[in-house]
This record gives sequence, structure tokens and C-alpha cells, in this order.
Amino acid sequence: MLSVKNLHAGIEEKEILKGINLDIKAGEVHAIMGPNGSGKSTLSAVIAGKEEYEVNKGEIELDGNSILEMDPEERAHEGIFLSFQYPVEIPGVSVTNFIKAAINQTRKAKGLEDMPASDMLKKIKEKSELLEIDRKFLSRSLNVGFSGGEKKRNEIFQMAMLEPKLAILDETDSGLDIDALRIVANGVNKLRSEDNAVLVITHYQRLLEYIVPDVVHVLVDGKIVKTGGKELALELEEKGYDWLKAETV
Amino acid sequence: MSLKDKLLSSHIVFQESLDPDSPIYDVRSEAIKTFEAEGFPTKRDENWKYTSLNSLLKKEYSIRTKTESALDFKDVKQYFIHDIDTYNIVFIDGVFSSYLSSTTHEGIDVCTMNSAINKPKYKQIIEVYFNKIAKDESLNALNTAFAKEGAYVYIPKGKVADKPIQIVHLSTGAEEAMFLQPRNLIIAEENTEVQIIERHQSLSSNAVFTNSVTEIYAGKHANVDYYKIQNDRLEASLIDNTEIEQHDNSVVSVHTFSFGGDIVRNNLNFYQKGEHIDSILKGVTIIEGKQHVDHNTLVHHITPNCESHQDYKGIFAEKSTGVFNGKVVVEKEAQKTNAYQSNNNILIDDQATINSKPQLEIFADDVRCSHGCTIGQLDESALFYLQSRGIAKKEARALLMYAFANTVLSSVRLPQLKQRITKQIAKKIGVSIGFEI
Repeated sequence: MLSVKNLHAGIEEKEILKGINLDIKAGEVHAIMGPNGSGKSTLSAVIAGKEEYEVNKGEIELDGNSILEMDPEERAHEGIFLSFQYPVEIPGVSVTNFIKAAINQTRKAKGLEDMPASDMLKKIKEKSELLEIDRKFLSRSLNVGFSGGEKKRNEIFQMAMLEPKLAILDETDSGLDIDALRIVANGVNKLRSEDNAVLVITHYQRLLEYIVPDVVHVLVDGKIVKTGGKELALELEEKGYDWLKAETV
Repeated sequence: MSLKDKLLSSHIVFQESLDPDSPIYDVRSEAIKTFEAEGFPTKRDENWKYTSLNSLLKKEYSIRTKTESALDFKDVKQYFIHDIDTYNIVFIDGVFSSYLSSTTHEGIDVCTMNSAINKPKYKQIIEVYFNKIAKDESLNALNTAFAKEGAYVYIPKGKVADKPIQIVHLSTGAEEAMFLQPRNLIIAEENTEVQIIERHQSLSSNAVFTNSVTEIYAGKHANVDYYKIQNDRLEASLIDNTEIEQHDNSVVSVHTFSFGGDIVRNNLNFYQKGEHIDSILKGVTIIEGKQHVDHNTLVHHITPNCESHQDYKGIFAEKSTGVFNGKVVVEKEAQKTNAYQSNNNILIDDQATINSKPQLEIFADDVRCSHGCTIGQLDESALFYLQSRGIAKKEARALLMYAFANTVLSSVRLPQLKQRITKQIAKKIGVSIGFEI
């Protein structure tokens, strides 16, 4: 589904990603772990198309087609979703209205009519129940005054509504207490299917107890230095990252 | 002849037409002397450094309308908040239109300044309140000298205005260029409540230059909400002088929505003369082209234990210019003052300008004063967030600007007005998604 080949990218002159290779198949969950500053968030931003990053070399393909020339919104229309660490607040636009807009923009890009209001309501009801979100929450202004947990839950709610092919969860566990973490993880797990894939970016192993990865990659200094199964996450938890840093020297 | 000379000579004629027994006869005579001495402000005045009236003063204005025009409500309905029941005080080219107005004398007085000045039963009130708050400076004085017509609102002790009041000044373009000077007096005595919406609207492409003065008196525990809608044509300029005196436990809010006009200058001055007062100043400015909007505010904390909250947001496109000059004075006696000021601006185009100048003069030592000013472009990360949800860049930009401006509306207490302004902001910015417009 997603294929990253020898990706070199950075900001201005500074190279942050130094040759990343990644191959995620439909139905899989991959995790990328790594110390602070290793390039984890850069990788997710580059896949989602953030403009300030420059791709100097390599390729990113979704279902065999290059997405490098696409704007972020076009990538979203193709089915890439990024859950943000720090979602933006939009006073005056409710959660419901925002998600309606997002869905209908995507439909429009595909030449479809707006989703009928009744279908939309049904879907909102279904997905908000899945994430234990109550009705009042949906009429609040997007992310305004939301707690850390509410913001993350709202991100996953949007993911559930948009039904992406590839969901990238960037540090979704940061700032979550254990209950919120469980709800969020549960939501993600229920959305998993044979047709989509999830890329979890995290510093800690904690989230991976709930969203169990098929493959774990370790990113250090812009390179994937080790790839393994879910047990690799536990090993990292135990030993930290230093032993891997030493290996790469 | 310069506009100043023209005004001075026309004042002689005006004065002859007045009743020397009028409670404000002498006030007018004094005022014209102040104007004669000071004249129109120039960029040499510190307070007018960023706003020049030169282009306006060059025009040949009619000072009095020669022909009275009539208008059908359906043709001007759009300039009213028409989905709620309100009292209306409407002027056409400076002349009261009884046909378009809906006034009252039942319990409260909502009528015209002209009738208040000339009727004996208001004489005492006029003597107590007229021109008592307005600072003695040239533009106020000029207005005072010619003060004749405007809105008069009197809410006696313990009364609540049962409906909001709309003050609408329409100009028809009957004259090639018109100079208007409405004078409003709002008196909210002890324990009263009133909501007022004011608008100046030109209906033609002829020039209009308005020098308006509004005095607002808020007695103890009075609650006054004043909303100014400035969304005029490109040929219309406005100097809006609003002077507010507050007493114990009163709350006065002024919201100024500046979406259009040629040159707009707001002089908004609050004087706190009691304790536990709250003064609220809010503004949203969204302009483009060569439009110019200047907010010059003063909150004078004279007494202890009071608050003030200022929040002005501006979005400037193309070659438009904005000015924010916010002065907060905290006198030595005004201990425990809590003054908050914020001015945030977005410049959309390279040639747009904002001059933002917070001025704090604090003489008391136990106060909380905070101020913040930002000038910037849209947040790229926020833009990326919206795009990553499938929203195209142009729409995403509009949505962010909408969100930026919209926060100021949280304190608008008339839902219909809030909705109207929200729609106007959305339309102005070009937001077409995200909510029902």
C-alpha cells in the first residue's frame, strides 16, 4: 500500500531523513519508534505532504502511484490521514460541521455529491459511539478548550469518519491517561481491516500494548536502524535506544 | 474655501437660527471657538500620526441637505437587523425619518436629539448630561457646535429597554458630497439595561464624510451593550467619537465591526468613575483595497477595583492599512485595576500595513495590566492541519481567518446580530464550507 524508497528529506539545507525504506501492506500495522529528534515526526509530515519539508531524493508511493507531487489535500483525498500531535483550534466551527466539510471536500474531489444528511448523521452517531464521544462534544468548536485526551479522541473520531487507507498516528499517546489511551486504541483497533493500514509513530512502547504492531522499525538519526516484530518494542523499552545508536556508529 | 472656513462661516448662520434659551446654546458657541483654534487634526498630531484626513478635506461638501429624500423600507431593509423586533431611529441625510423609525416614550425615551433639545421636559436632563463626557478637542467640539440631530436614548432608573435599539444613518447621495455630524446621547441610569446597534450607510457613490459623536452615560449597575457596524461604501468616511462614562458596578461593552469604508477612525474613550466597573472594547476589522481603519482607544482607570478588556483583531488585504492605538491609563488611586489589552493582526498581502501601538501609563502599584500585540501571517501548521483533512488550501486559509476573527464575537449577546456578523465575516473572507451560511 505505502512504499517509501530511499527517502531523503529535510528543511532548507538540513537533511533530517537520510534514506528511509518502508513497505506497508494493506491490513498491517507498523510502528516507528525512536528517540527525540530522530526524524519520526518529519517522516509523518513528509508522507502527509507538509510543504516546508523538501524531498531531495527517493520516492513515496501509495498503491504504486507517486504522491510526491500532490498537495496535502490531494493526499488526503487519496486516503492518507495524519493524526496530529497538536491539532488546531477553530473557534466558530463545530466538530460536526468540520467533519462534514472534510468528508464532502473529499467526495467533491472524487466527483461525488455531498453525503446525504441522514447518512452523515448515522455515520456520526455510529463513530462517536465507538469512541465514547457524547453529543454535546460534537457541537463544540473544533479543539477549542479541549483537554489533551479530548483532542486525541477527536482526531481518531475524524479518522473513523474519513475512513482512510493509511492512517498515521503521530505521538497519539502523548498526554493521554490510561483510560483515554484505551478508548483511543480501541477505536483504532475497531477500524482496522484487510483494506487499510496503520502507521504508529511513538516514543514509548505503551501505546503498542494496545495497538499491537505487525512490524516495528527503529528510527535513529534519520535512518531505520532496525526492523523486527512486536517484541522489538519491548526490547527497546527495556534497553532504551543507546545500544542501537552505538551499533550504527 | 477650506472645509474649516466653510464650517466656521456656516456656523454663524446656524447660530442665528437657534433659540438663545436652548440649554445648549452657550455650549455650542464655546465649542466653535475650540474648533476654530484647533482645526482638523493633522499627521503632526501624535494621535493622528497614521491617519491623514487630507484627501477628505479637499472635497466640496454640503453641510446641510437641501432636499429631503424619502426611502422605502424594503430598499434599505438589508441595513437593519430585521429579524428581531427593535426600536429604530433612522436618519436620511442627517434628517430624522419618522416613517422609517419606531420610537417610544413609554417608560424609556427612544427619540431624536432634536426633540430632546427643544422640549422643556428634557431641559434638565440635557443640561446635566449633554457634552459632559466628550473631551474638549477639535472634532468633538466641531460636532457639538453644530449639534442638532441624532439619537436620544434615556433609560430611567430601574428600567430595562424591552427591545434593542437600532440607530441607522443613511445617506442618499442627493448632494455630490455630504458632511454629516450626528450627535447621539445615551443615558442609562442606575440599574438599567440597554442594547444598541449603530450603523452609518451610504446608498450612492457620492462622497460622505461623517463626524459623529456619541456620549454614553452608564449609572450604577447599568448594563450597556453598544454595537457598531461599519460596512460602508468606498466613498464613505467616518470619524466616530464615542465617549463613555461609567459608574459603580456598571458594565459597558462596545463592539466595532469594521468591514468597509474609505477612511474610518474610531475614537473610543472610556472613563471609569466608580468601583467594580467593567469596560469591554472589542473590534474586528477586515478590509482590502486602499481602505483605512484606525482604532484609537482610551481606558481611563480613575478609581480602584475596576477592569477593562480590549480585544481587537484585524485582517488586512491588498493595500489596506490599519491602525491600533490603545491607551490605558491607571491613575494612582486606581489600585487593584485589572486591565487587559490584545491586538492581533494578519497581513494577507505584502502591501498591507498595520501600525499597532499599545500605550500603558500606570501610576498605581498594585495592578494587573497585560497587553499583547501580534502581526503575522497565517500559521502554516494550522493550514497543513486543515489540508491534511482534505480541505483545499484556499478554503483552509479562509477557514483559519474566519476562526481568527470569530473569537471576538463570543461576547456579542444578541444572537441574531452575532449570526449576521458571523455570516458577514464568512462572506468577506470567502469561507464557503464548515458551517451553514
